[in-house]
This record gives sequence, C-alpha cells and structure tokens, in this order.
Amino acid sequence: MAGLELKYAVPSAEEDFLGAGEASTSVKKKLRQIGYNPEAVRKVAIAMYEGEINMAIHAGGGEAEVEILPQSVTIKLIDHGPGIADVEKAMQEGWSTAPEEVRSLGFGAGMGLPNMKKYTDTMDIETEVGKGTTITMVVNAQ
Amino acid sequence: MKVNELAQKLSLKLLAGEGGLDNEILTCYSGDLLSWVMGRAHEGSAWLTVMGNVNAIAVATLTDCACIILTEDAPLDEDARQRAESQSVPILSTDLNAYEMAVKISEILK
Repeated sequence: MAGLELKYAVPSAEEDFLGAGEASTSVKKKLRQIGYNPEAVRKVAIAMYEGEINMAIHAGGGEAEVEILPQSVTIKLIDHGPGIADVEKAMQEGWSTAPEEVRSLGFGAGMGLPNMKKYTDTMDIETEVGKGTTITMVVNAQ
Repeated sequence: MKVNELAQKLSLKLLAGEGGLDNEILTCYSGDLLSWVMGRAHEGSAWLTVMGNVNAIAVATLTDCACIILTEDAPLDEDARQRAESQSVPILSTDLNAYEMAVKISEILK
C-alpha cells in the first residue's frame, strides 16, 4: 500500500485561533475511517494538536504534512516563526513563553513540546532562531 | 454508564452535543489547563472544567472524552456551543464545584 499524504495550512492565533486544531481533527477522522489502531490515533491527535497550537501561538502559523503508512504515521510541522532559542528548556514541563492572553484560554502551561514527545515514538526538532522550526514526529501503529 | 444516564441521575443540564449522549463514561477527570488535560485525560472521561471555549471542545474531541461537565455554572461560548453540536460532544452544566461533582460521579461509577 502506498502512503496517504495530507497537507494542511495552520493559521496564526491572530488570524484564527479557533482554526488551530482543525488539521489534527481532520487527520484523526481520516485515521478512524481507515481503521487505524485507536491508541495510535489518539497519540497522533494529541501530538499534532499541541504542535498546531504551538505554531498558532508562537510562529504565526505554518504547514502540517502528514504521511500515513500501515506501520506508522509521520507528522511534519513546518513554520517560519522565531525559532526556539533554548530547545532543552522548551522541552521541560512547565516552561512557557506563551503570552498572557493565551494563558487565559487554557494554554501556556508549558506542556506543548513535552506532550508531543510523550505521545510520539520519535520526535526531531530542527530550529534556527529567526528562521523557523520544523518538527518531525513519528507514531508507530503498534 | 452512558452520558444520558449520568445527566439524568445528577440532574445535569444539557447545553449542547445531544448527538453524543450515548457515549460511555469510563472515568472522570478534572482540570482547566487545556494542555495539561490534553496529555492526561483518559479516553471516556467525564471532564469537569470551567473552560467553555472552543479549544476545550477540540481537546475533548481529540482525547475522546465522553462529555464535558461545566462546573459552577461556567459559561459556554457560542462558538464552542456550535463546535460541540457539530462534533457531538455533550456539554453538561452543574452549579456544583469540581470536587462536589467528582464525589457524586465517583459514587455512581462505583
């Protein structure tokens, strides 16, 4: 079976904060439809949603590319935002640079990247300050 | 227990998401920080929160929560109500706080 490839544009929080989450919801539906392992579907949905919210809040939006294979799902999140200055710190639970208005919506707990790591089998962060960030995550089907 | 039965037993008000009333409640979770809840709420949770915004609906959908119970009469935003309708996420409301509600749910789920 050839892989199924999906592409989404993720809006910025300023443009459309409500739109963040649409890509992960759509991917979840697709995976459900094709009968993917429910635990893997849940992991993909959570990791991808956190990534979308991060891109919306911090990077002015970006793109999401998803490749679905029988054995795994690869999620690539690409943005051209400010980059992550200190990846090690950003990976710590509770460390956040989210603005106050985002916190009032229930985000900014410093859980985004830790959740993405927790729910994926591999996660790779390529980031350059001033250029942007690309995060590639893989969730195995089993 | 189905969401519908729980709502009846505890006299909870249904605000939206009638389509999901048959969802099975397996456990209960309480929290308001969405990313925190996102990483920890179990599938089939009755999720107690004061967050009635559209992002809360997304979190409930993505984590497969059985329903959201807005505690202490916390308001549900209009766009959140619409999202809950379209995604069939039942939104219930109570004037009790999260602790009081969780105690009652615990008695029922025993």
